[in-house]
Amino acid sequence: MARISKEERKNSIISASLQLFSERGFYITTIPDIASKVGMSVGNFYNYFTSKDILAKELLLYIADYLGQEIKKINESNLTTEEKIYEIVSMYFNLAQKKPEMIEYFLRVYLSNREVFKDGCEGMVCVSSFVTEMMIFFDDGVSNGDLHSQDFFSAFGLFMGYLGGMVFLFGEKILPEPLENYKSSISLNIYNALKTR
Amino acid sequence: MPSKQDNKLKLLWLQGVTCNGNTHSFLNLQNIEQLLNKFEILYIPAFSTNYTIDKIVKCSLDCDILIFEGAYDPFMKRAGVNLKELLFHYMKDSKQIIALGSCASFGGVFKESAPDRITGLLFNENTLTTTFLDYKDKIINLSGCPIHPEWLAYVLNMLLKNINIELDDLYRPIELYSTLAHHGCTRNEYFEWKIDAKKFGLKEGCLFYKQGCRAPMTHSSCNKILWNDESSKTRVGTPCFGCTEPDFPRDNLFQTKTNMSIPQDIPVGVPKRSYLTMAGIAKTFHIKRLEGKLIDYKTDS
Repeated sequence: MARISKEERKNSIISASLQLFSERGFYITTIPDIASKVGMSVGNFYNYFTSKDILAKELLLYIADYLGQEIKKINESNLTTEEKIYEIVSMYFNLAQKKPEMIEYFLRVYLSNREVFKDGCEGMVCVSSFVTEMMIFFDDGVSNGDLHSQDFFSAFGLFMGYLGGMVFLFGEKILPEPLENYKSSISLNIYNALKTR
Repeated sequence: MPSKQDNKLKLLWLQGVTCNGNTHSFLNLQNIEQLLNKFEILYIPAFSTNYTIDKIVKCSLDCDILIFEGAYDPFMKRAGVNLKELLFHYMKDSKQIIALGSCASFGGVFKESAPDRITGLLFNENTLTTTFLDYKDKIINLSGCPIHPEWLAYVLNMLLKNINIELDDLYRPIELYSTLAHHGCTRNEYFEWKIDAKKFGLKEGCLFYKQGCRAPMTHSSCNKILWNDESSKTRVGTPCFGCTEPDFPRDNLFQTKTNMSIPQDIPVGVPKRSYLTMAGIAKTFHIKRLEGKLIDYKTDS
């Protein structure tokens, strides 16, 4: 039988803990819960993460890096700004459907338990790979004349707040249509709000 | 028997379209007399010299070092003689030609008055021109608006000692222009932590984020070889205008061009992604010592 590498073990802990944290909440979920889901001893778990807080921060870095890499691919493509907006919206909604625990963790654990992240994940420290790519997207959009220049956080909040809100409604099963059906209208709304006038 | 004067390098200083700013700056050089005494001065407009401009334009002399201050305008005349004709004559036999100041180097401020006609001696902004291209190997650009007097003194002393001066792609001495105006700026700690100056005239805060400072993108030694031996633009609270670069003067010198709050131009050689990552993280932290007046900060506060 093939031996499971340490990296694979670590990834399985990340995957299991993401699911548990986003389903049950950060404080209710215990390390024995996570170890049990992965099929390892609690003692062995500590060989990978020395505390639940450290795991929480690693998860945030993991999600931010994933989103950052996906947006980087879009940024480096030859698409128009309007098309890039659609691709970012599409990527985000696809993730919310295929790996809802990643978005759920961001919205329900990271944003709701700030005290866990105050030391070591302040501000942009743990989400910089994601925010940096959004900066690159906006900078490119203004440089090529497609978007109007404004305060970064006004634009960032409009874009990501909108997506987060829609995913929240989707998670609460409030949306009458599948999330897929909203990609075009939401992308157009974002583009119309940001485009050069 | 040849006199000592005969062995000196003959120096000629001609002017194109100029405000005399580089002349004025050079006059601030300490030991200027000692330096110039090492040359046979044919003509410098600001000094009493061996020859008048009327004699110079007769083109019956030759020089070893030609300093050309100001932008080149092919329609311009000096004492009734076409500038182009004058330059060709003196460039032909000179050992070295110094394009002094940003106008002589790239066109500079005076290029603005007739952008299609006026250029630097060898460059039109960052593009080589053809008029004097045959003499390119003799030309040294000393860009700056104005040049620091020590920069010209450095070049002249190197020529006196017959030491080769290594140049960058824009024909500027690497020794003077490989550093950035940012190097040595007393505001560097504010740049590191992304804390902008709240208004003009403060000792505290970086001028890069809002006030248009070009120091991280500008090749010069302004904060290394200090002005009047003690100061620089950024040290007194004026942003660097990037005056040594071919795109000087830019519009809105006191304003940083941003796209969605993100600086359009970032430090030379730094990938934008890397810069934004560092900047975003640095902005997260609040360093109390750097947030107020430095003289008010108490170590135990």
